[in-house]
Amino acid sequence: MRVLAALSGGVDSAVAAARAVDAGHDVVGVHMALSRTRDQFRTGSRGCCSIEDAGDARRAADVLGIPYYVWDLSEQFEQTVVADFLAEYEAGRTPNPCVRCNEHIKFAALLDKAVALGFDAVCTGHYARVVVQADGARELHRALDEAKDQSYVLAVMGPERLARSMFPLGDVASKDETRAEAAARGLSVSAKPDSYDICFVADGDTQGFLRARLGSRPGEVVDTAGEVVGEHDGAYAYTVGQRRGLALGRPAADGKPRYVLSIEPVNNRVVVGSADELLVDVVTADRAVWFSAPGEDFDCEVQVRAHGVPVAARARVVGGVVEVTLVDGLRGVAPGQSLVLYAGSRVLGQATVTASSRARAAAR
Amino acid sequence: MTRDVTAYLDHAATTPMLPAAVDALTSELARTGNPSSLHASGRAARRVVEESRESLAAALGARPSDVLWTSGGTEADNLAVKGLFWARRREDADRRRILVSAVEHHAVLDPAFWMAEHAGAELVLLPVDRDGVLEVEALREELEAHGDQAALLSVMWANNEVGALQPLDAVVSLARRFGVPVHADAVQAVGQVPVDFAASGLDALTVSGHKVGGPGGTGALIARRGLELMPVQHGGGQERGVRSGTLDAALLASFAAAVDQAVATRDVTAPRVAALRDQLVAGVLEVAPDAVLRGPADTARRLPFNAHFTFPGCEGDSLLYLLDSAGVEASTGSACQAGVPRPSHVLLAMGVDEHDARGALRFSLGHTSSADDVAALLEALPAVVDRARAAGLAAVR
Repeated sequence: MRVLAALSGGVDSAVAAARAVDAGHDVVGVHMALSRTRDQFRTGSRGCCSIEDAGDARRAADVLGIPYYVWDLSEQFEQTVVADFLAEYEAGRTPNPCVRCNEHIKFAALLDKAVALGFDAVCTGHYARVVVQADGARELHRALDEAKDQSYVLAVMGPERLARSMFPLGDVASKDETRAEAAARGLSVSAKPDSYDICFVADGDTQGFLRARLGSRPGEVVDTAGEVVGEHDGAYAYTVGQRRGLALGRPAADGKPRYVLSIEPVNNRVVVGSADELLVDVVTADRAVWFSAPGEDFDCEVQVRAHGVPVAARARVVGGVVEVTLVDGLRGVAPGQSLVLYAGSRVLGQATVTASSRARAAAR
Repeated sequence: MTRDVTAYLDHAATTPMLPAAVDALTSELARTGNPSSLHASGRAARRVVEESRESLAAALGARPSDVLWTSGGTEADNLAVKGLFWARRREDADRRRILVSAVEHHAVLDPAFWMAEHAGAELVLLPVDRDGVLEVEALREELEAHGDQAALLSVMWANNEVGALQPLDAVVSLARRFGVPVHADAVQAVGQVPVDFAASGLDALTVSGHKVGGPGGTGALIARRGLELMPVQHGGGQERGVRSGTLDAALLASFAAAVDQAVATRDVTAPRVAALRDQLVAGVLEVAPDAVLRGPADTARRLPFNAHFTFPGCEGDSLLYLLDSAGVEASTGSACQAGVPRPSHVLLAMGVDEHDARGALRFSLGHTSSADDVAALLEALPAVVDRARAAGLAAVR
């Protein structure tokens, strides 16, 4: 197969590309330039799009003996991922830009261009497995190493794009194994730190980034009774479940910590309450994408954030909308988050959270 | 995955070393001796350096004492822009305007921008016409309005992307009226068109080794003796104290041999390669009728080894990848930032819109080019353009 290996300049994508070469594919490395104003070097673990990273990607391609190109997708990235990130926060929701990047850039703009140029598949360093059933059906599964599993951010791609995707790292036992393999292959990125943060928020300061792009919009922080308990500089900078960074004037009556319960973008208010009030057991999500046609009503596990723990749930599907009822409650479910549904290790589909509520009294 | 290159059409990036340059390099490479040393080994090395200087000067219509060796074209351009600016400004504090054409190579543009940002210079970008040729009238107006504030003028001999030869005669005579020194980057011109430093009336001229079949890491600023230049690189005081650093006799001998051979054989090589270039242009326009030739259509007004097109609806990087896969090596012609092709500042200055500028490809021929190279390109191109266009459409979906 003709395979386009997306090379970020990190260790995962380099080893993934190496494995694709070993598998006998005709591999070409492509580094995506996602920002026009790139830092020369990356600092610590932050970001992934510096010129140094492009150089590391090129060096990896050299070591693997594959051609290497840089594709400028910065315009599409700004128009989809960054614009969506800002619009979602502005609307009081909590976006996951990595999900949007996989949806609009890696497995859309990049994949479409690759296919148009004659490639059969795109290979990335994501930790997830593609399992092909006897009937040829392709399934997306969690990685063998559940600590590194990235199936959550890939679930948005759907079956057609999965058919043209390759994740050679799905069956490594741990990140250490990837690093050891990189070192054994002579890849100089073997000891490079992982990147955890949002790549376009170079210093990791999401609130600062939002304030710089959206401006200061002072407003009130209120409790569930409507009592003003503090002020904020822009409701958009808060996330449901957030505890730190709430500069509240006076302590709660019960003396317990308070959390962001909801954002009200229209009247620019942040509502806070106790940990108990954060608990929900019904989550509604729309824009559902399924890897195979779902049942109307089924048991599953759901996950609402990239490094979250899956919880047991019952799902009901009506059109593009999913409503899940959680067996136990969850805290910190925010509109805008991706709800990913699993059956064991298999990804069933994903949808975007629109609302959450508590149907039963607090269990505990 | 190595594949045999079937057509190298990127000679303007670098060109294979000429046999005379390889001979000179290999015969000198094992010699010991610092040309600045006074003992016999040093004297022997110095002799090679000075003979090379005489050879280079003779080939380019300069005097040996005009030649300042540098590490390449970029260093020579930096020395010209910065060295001239500082020297002129020391003489006359009002002379702070740096005049450069909008289509200069980054080795001239970037030092000029840097001087504006860090050294109190005022940068004046001189416009070009649709063919990429300097608007002499705009230069005249600038000099008539602010000629007494001009520190220097830098206009390339020929543009490296679209091949446009620049009207240096007019530039030099205008500048002379206002007492403004003129530098020309002739990196692409040497070996393709006659370059005679004395006859040109220029004050300084940049030449590069590897662009004419010499070794990388060599270049020279031909600077009229008596031209005031502030050093940019300080140290042991070599090269009139303007450019310090130990000279490499073997590299310089090879560089001079390359320039000598390129210039001596130009009468034969240039018409032969120009004929191939004409075939290439005609062939490209035949197999890709909507391609647009950029730069002067009149071949007498462009470099004989250069062809440059934009392909509507295509991205330059797609074209490059597909041609590379087919064994044809070309270039978008413009500088990259970490490998990202940017819309060329040259095309934008010519009034090409950003969208069209993205589909740029430069084919540059050289002394080893053959009809087979052109044939390989023309065979690959139709499918490449179709596919690149489809990918371009995918990108805007």
